[in-house]
Amino acid sequence: MTSLPRSTEKKLGLVIDLDTCVGCHACVVNCKEWNTSNYGAPLSDMDAYGAAPEGSFLNRVHAYEVTPDTGGCAQTVHFPKSCLHCEDAPCVTVCPTGASYKRVEDGIVLVNEQDCMGCGLCAWACPYGARELDALAGIMKKCTLCVDRIYNDNLPKEDQIPACVRTCPAGARHFGDFADPDSTVSRLVAEREGIDLMPEMSTRPVNKYLPPREKDRLSASGALSAQSEDPKGFLAWLDKALEAL
Amino acid sequence: MAANRAGMAEARPSPKVSDEVRQTTCYMCACRCGINVHLQDGKVKYIEGNRDHPVNRGVLCAKGSAGIMQVTAPSRLRKPLKRVGPRGSGEFREISWDEAMSTAVGWLTELHETAPHKLAFFTGRDQSQSFTSLWAQHFGTPNYAAHGGFCSVNMAAGGIYTMGGAFWEFGQPDWEHTKLFMLFGVAEDHDSNPIKMGLGRIKARGAKVIGVNPVRSGYNAVADEWVGITPGTDGLFILSLVHELMKAGKIDLEYLAQFTNAPVLVDKETGLFLRDEDDRPLVVDRRSGALTAFDRKGVRPSLSATHDGHRTVMALMAEKYLDPQYAPEAVAERCGISADRIRAIAAELARVAFDEAIVLDRAWTDFRGDTHDRMIGRPVSMHAMRGISAHSNGFQTCRALHILQILLGTVETPGGFRFKPPYPKPVEAHPTPHGHGRPGRPLEGPHLGFPRGPEDLQINEDGSPKRIDKAFSWEHPMSVHGMMHMVISNAHAQDPYPIDTLFMYMANMSWNSSMNTSGVIEMLTARNDDGGYRIPRIIYSDAYSSEMVAYADLILPDTTYLERHDCISLLDRPICEADGAADAIRWPVIEPDRDVRGFQSVLIELGARVGLPGFLNADGSHKWKDYADYIVNHERKPGIGPLAGFRGADGDKVGRGEVNPDQLDKYIENGGFFLHHLPDEAAYFKPWNMAYQDWAVDLGLFDTPQPYLFQLYSEPMRKFQRAAEGHGDRQPPEHLRDRIRTAFQPLPDWQQPLEDAAVDHDEYPLHALTQRPMHMYHSWGSQNAWLRQITNVNKLFLPGKLWQEKGFEDGDWAYVTSVHGKIKVPVARMDGQNENTVWTWNAIGKRRGAWALGEDAPEADQGFLLNYLINELLPPGGDGLRWSNSDPITGQAAWFDLRVRVDKAPPGGPSEPAHAAILSPVGQGPSNVAYGEEF
Amino acid sequence: MHPAPSVILFTTLSGLGFGLLAFLGLGLPDVTGGIAFVFFAIAYALAVGGLLASTFHLGNKVNAIKAFRQWRSSWLSREGLLAVLTLLVMAPYAMGRVFWSENWALLGWLGALLALATVFTTSMIYAQLKAVPRWNTRWTPVLFLAHALAGGALLSGQITASAVLLAVLGAVQVIVWQQGDGRFAASGATLESATGLGRIGSVRQLEPPHSGQNYLLREMAFAVGRKHSAKLRAISLGAGVLLPLVCLLVLPFSHVLALIAVLSHLLGVLAGRWLFFAEAKHVVALYYGR
Ligand SMILES: Nc1nc2c(c(=O)[nH]1)N[C@H]1C(S)=C(S)[C@@H](COP(=O)(O)OP(=O)(O)OC[C@H]3O[C@@H](n4cnc5c(=O)[nH]c(N)nc54)[C@H](O)[C@@H]3O)O[C@H]1N2
Ligand SMILES: Nc1nc2c(c(=O)[nH]1)N[C@H]1C(S)=C(S)[C@@H](COP(=O)(O)OP(=O)(O)OC[C@H]3O[C@@H](n4cnc5c(=O)[nH]c(N)nc54)[C@H](O)[C@@H]3O)O[C@H]1N2
Ligand code: SF4
Ligand code: SF4
Ligand code: SF4
Ligand code: SF4
Ligand code: SF4
Ligand SMILES: [Mo]
Repeated sequence: MTSLPRSTEKKLGLVIDLDTCVGCHACVVNCKEWNTSNYGAPLSDMDAYGAAPEGSFLNRVHAYEVTPDTGGCAQTVHFPKSCLHCEDAPCVTVCPTGASYKRVEDGIVLVNEQDCMGCGLCAWACPYGARELDALAGIMKKCTLCVDRIYNDNLPKEDQIPACVRTCPAGARHFGDFADPDSTVSRLVAEREGIDLMPEMSTRPVNKYLPPREKDRLSASGALSAQSEDPKGFLAWLDKALEAL
Repeated sequence: MAANRAGMAEARPSPKVSDEVRQTTCYMCACRCGINVHLQDGKVKYIEGNRDHPVNRGVLCAKGSAGIMQVTAPSRLRKPLKRVGPRGSGEFREISWDEAMSTAVGWLTELHETAPHKLAFFTGRDQSQSFTSLWAQHFGTPNYAAHGGFCSVNMAAGGIYTMGGAFWEFGQPDWEHTKLFMLFGVAEDHDSNPIKMGLGRIKARGAKVIGVNPVRSGYNAVADEWVGITPGTDGLFILSLVHELMKAGKIDLEYLAQFTNAPVLVDKETGLFLRDEDDRPLVVDRRSGALTAFDRKGVRPSLSATHDGHRTVMALMAEKYLDPQYAPEAVAERCGISADRIRAIAAELARVAFDEAIVLDRAWTDFRGDTHDRMIGRPVSMHAMRGISAHSNGFQTCRALHILQILLGTVETPGGFRFKPPYPKPVEAHPTPHGHGRPGRPLEGPHLGFPRGPEDLQINEDGSPKRIDKAFSWEHPMSVHGMMHMVISNAHAQDPYPIDTLFMYMANMSWNSSMNTSGVIEMLTARNDDGGYRIPRIIYSDAYSSEMVAYADLILPDTTYLERHDCISLLDRPICEADGAADAIRWPVIEPDRDVRGFQSVLIELGARVGLPGFLNADGSHKWKDYADYIVNHERKPGIGPLAGFRGADGDKVGRGEVNPDQLDKYIENGGFFLHHLPDEAAYFKPWNMAYQDWAVDLGLFDTPQPYLFQLYSEPMRKFQRAAEGHGDRQPPEHLRDRIRTAFQPLPDWQQPLEDAAVDHDEYPLHALTQRPMHMYHSWGSQNAWLRQITNVNKLFLPGKLWQEKGFEDGDWAYVTSVHGKIKVPVARMDGQNENTVWTWNAIGKRRGAWALGEDAPEADQGFLLNYLINELLPPGGDGLRWSNSDPITGQAAWFDLRVRVDKAPPGGPSEPAHAAILSPVGQGPSNVAYGEEF
Repeated sequence: MHPAPSVILFTTLSGLGFGLLAFLGLGLPDVTGGIAFVFFAIAYALAVGGLLASTFHLGNKVNAIKAFRQWRSSWLSREGLLAVLTLLVMAPYAMGRVFWSENWALLGWLGALLALATVFTTSMIYAQLKAVPRWNTRWTPVLFLAHALAGGALLSGQITASAVLLAVLGAVQVIVWQQGDGRFAASGATLESATGLGRIGSVRQLEPPHSGQNYLLREMAFAVGRKHSAKLRAISLGAGVLLPLVCLLVLPFSHVLALIAVLSHLLGVLAGRWLFFAEAKHVVALYYGR
């Protein structure tokens, strides 16, 4: 099980659009809401109403500031992060019990909770912080790519997508098959030069990020030329302009 | 599915999602999205957005997604409470509803019969204002309002007085067509999901967004252009854009001539419009040169004409706005935006509006009877909210912004800004305010309205205010939403008179919604010499153990949003879309597991038992059993009730129609809402479009068509200004004369914010702001086990420059001092903000002991409120008087005028002031939660 | 990385245990009967104790037994298997020595090999992790083996071997620290690469995703101060290598001194192991601005 498939039939995953994400955390909470009642053990919250509340989340949104090398003002970027369903997933190969696996049919990386012993090694192996050991269940939790939604015949066709994608108000999250060059996700990545996170970790992530578009370009782009300088001139211009209408 | 819950997922796992889906309306915030509530074994398993719903089309925000943690929150009140300890202690005794109701009925009946004005009834975040105001009207007290006065009345009033409709959630950019979206001073707004969805659509097609905001977060983070303006100076910036556009002749002359009062002639003596005998404003026809009423068929109003020395509004505008005081270089420094950038933005606005104009091949007919064969759109859209309005110069800034939109011809044209029904609606179609309370009798009309001039002020013969909040008095003549932020302060000062009972609903007035939190806490607990409380009785309805609960004498515990009926009505703040009218309901999709009651139902019973005429049948029996009964059976006018959908005996009538006893079932069948599209030819140019006007009349929004002109020049403003100049028999008191003269400019200009003008800038060099976190709704997010994990500490963000100058490091704390107070807070660095501005997330700080949180909760220990630094009164001016810290026109609370100083503090918390804990009437929440175990 | 006591104890004790077993398997010292019993008992106690300690941090111990299944890909699984195999192979060998004074040398050699292989697999659990650049080097197995061998030599009373191996260990440890300090930078992982925002400019955390702690932060974003780390390095080297060397080479032999040498070594190893974890920075810390 913990050996990685040489290749997968599909490569299902997410595209996250950093140019569009407003950092609203809808995907974070809806993910929690769906998953705590579905796949595997609940996502617990320790000390939920106390001094140090801390629970399991499969998706978290960071916020960064980027100071452009070219000068100019710092830019804020909201940055959602969940499992990237890597093709060379180190989290899978390290797992001693076989609980972690990558599916041949669609490339989803999952944890079989019945086998997991909660050693945490897979979380160590993941460069992206995509795995969290649930404190109450003692079991490794991670994004399932909503495997219990995307094939779920009890859901209408249009809802057979991950909870976070369905809920994202800004439409900054896209789900699809990267193995299909014509899928929306593949096309977005091609058009917007989608990138891999930490390529130097050689994990070959399936999920891709669309970088923010270039910003703050309206500074020296020119001014309007004056038609008139004072009220009198303006009224004269007005008469002429109205005449022309 | 048990196997799936624990085991290896089958290749195509297809677990059962739930037993049943019930569709209702979210109320984790006031956006009111449609939700599908999945129930399993009677418990809520999952909440998702309703794809068919006009507001959210399936998406759901973080708050909405955390509904489960709200309806199971340990902070929910369980039973009516009677205070037994001193106010503020949190010591209560649980009582029965019988006892609670008879107590309230006893207090209220006496007041109703003897002195109704001694009841002040104010509501906060609720969405049943058309009902609560009806109740208050029947009670006979002049002292009713919702929270709009401290929220964003400037935006509402500025919009309605200028263009008969406003931003808020009352209008929307034409997301489908717009090519440039300019956003002023918005962190989140009421249209939480729609704005995000709209931004997403814009982004998907690579259209541009300009964000004008001192802080680059959220929407401003994704803006293509971020303009880090200095707080309080938007008016200058906007008028500078106006200056540039007018100078360059980049304004939509056709539009201005036909649809605005730009061509209307202003009497050179009075500054009022020249009017004909039917009171219609006069213009000069371009073709005939004749003086004529503006709305005659075929009239081509001239923008530049003069008549007997009377000039057009356009001419007055040229005179005012071409003045070099509005030139980019003249305003650049104060705005913190370079003159080049201002010019570039003006050029970009003009380019998109005129060079990228949109043409829709849709014919339409205007109110003059002239038919246009196409719709020309200026695809520049704008939106603004509290960053503009929550300043003491906010009303005029809002007006300025609308004038900018109108000059570009972008309001109600394709690609621009669009109204949602019941807007557009001119001032004339709104009521005027009423405030003459008489024992045992109802008020003559609604409390809130739009004054047309001094004659509509709610003042006594001697000029003293009729209302406890002094709304519609000379201090704030156009306070069209009331001034809830002044109620406690005035009631405590017994100015203009003492009251007996303060009755509040859904407003955390002792905490995050009060300016001057510690002051308000003192006022609520202050006693007279005889030991009685200065504000003798306080009744409060909340659903949760909020900070305010501790300060009330009688608590009427409400249900949560999944447990009650609610009505999101066209009579109130509906959920319409630019393309149609819509309203919605909430209904009990789960039953309360506590002894609580929906507040509106309680109010209905109170109304009947107190004997309010409107709440009783002729035979003395109760008119309505509960709120659901009211929603279905109440009629405002014959055939028009709270809900517009499924009217008539067969449920097939829209807007107007007899009562349908099955109406609520129909709504439930339809997903909890009703949507009525308007015809294509009515989609734009609504204020002047007869197809729209007729549609609105059919629907019952108006009884006759109400076309009107946009009011670039505001005559009501001029009337107040004229009074201040000494005209008319209603005269302002001397000490307010000057202020009214300068504030009520009929063409907007920019005034320095009041606190800016009052305090020493060397001592308080920084502006201090708050922003709403997208995942929290005011104070209620923190009781939510999921949401509070995202943010349970708020830091004060300091700009990089200040950070370095003062030698701050990660984890540091600071003292923040205003002219009014001093607090100690944790700090963090942010470079993407105006260099003279600091900010923090709103309402994260919590009172120790509230919300069923542990007393050592980080919200109490490291969270803080900026409210401690803000006062409802300004420091004494030259005349020794302390004016309200509000816009002199509308009474809008000036939250964002705040100026502060920041100094390094000794490391470590707690944040200060550190209050002692209040006793929790509901105990404390459990330690660990693992929701969903049973599914 | 979080220096969890269970993991530190596990790697330290089991390392020593398997190191000792390796020497015993080689017949060093060539003991039988009661003395052999004592040696083997110590070795088994350390190895088994270490293994037991390693299960303390398991979230779901009932599944621990399943850890032997994935030896094809998982170093942790391999370690488990080899550890058990080593103990199984060494058991008859030990019994031979203790009860029958027999030296089944072949079995011993095999056991010794397995013991070292076990230590190697332990080290590979860490060395394989690209996400922890400081560990992700060939020096990690070298270090673990050096530890095991030096400790084994010391415990088995091999004075010369101890001296040599301790010296080697000291050298290896210094090299590991030296090159380890540059590993993170050499990995190329930065907040810029982690976010892909480097093409715009330099990146700084503005706000963490949640106000409080989480599993990742507790487990992987441990940071140790430079001064503290220097002090511990000194202790580790002083107590783990230098003092034992002094005890063995400079001072005249005595059992007390030997005991001191062993205990000092243990202390040094524990300090070193603590640092091994504490100084290792996981790349996920980047996402949290650490
Ligand atoms: N510093 C600063 N202060 C501000 C602002 C700011 O920007 N900065 N913004 C201001 C603005 S615009 C506003 S609108 C106010 C908002 O402030 P508030 O109006 O006080 O809003 P909430 O904190 O939401 O408190 C409303 C109360 O309603 C209760 N409640 C929630 N749900 C229900 C329910 O279903 N039934 C009943 N009966 N009660 C319920 C909550 O428990 C809470 O006690 O804050 C103002 N205060
Ligand atoms: N998630 C969530 N949604 C909410 C609420 C909530 O509590 N949580 N509250 C609801 C309520 S009651 C309201 S009133 C609305 C308010 O919605 P918003 O108007 O978005 O309210 P604020 O969060 O106060 O945001 C004010 C914004 O104006 C900026 N600002 C301050 N001063 C200036 C200025 O002088 N010029 C400019 N250009 N910008 C300035 C601030 O940086 C901030 O971004 O949100 C509603 N929606
Ligand atoms: S829901 Fe969408 S916009 Fe919101 S944080 Fe997640 S990805 Fe970003
Ligand atoms: S992101 Fe992490 S958990 Fe997910 S597949 Fe890649 S390495 Fe594994
Ligand atoms: S925690 Fe569970 S899934 Fe992860 S490596 Fe250990 S056994 Fe495998
Ligand atoms: S795909 Fe599903 S599990 Fe993964 S982050 Fe989105 S909602 Fe969570
Ligand atoms: S914006 Fe969010 S909280 Fe508000 S109504 Fe919509 S889903 Fe509910
Ligand atoms: Mo508000």
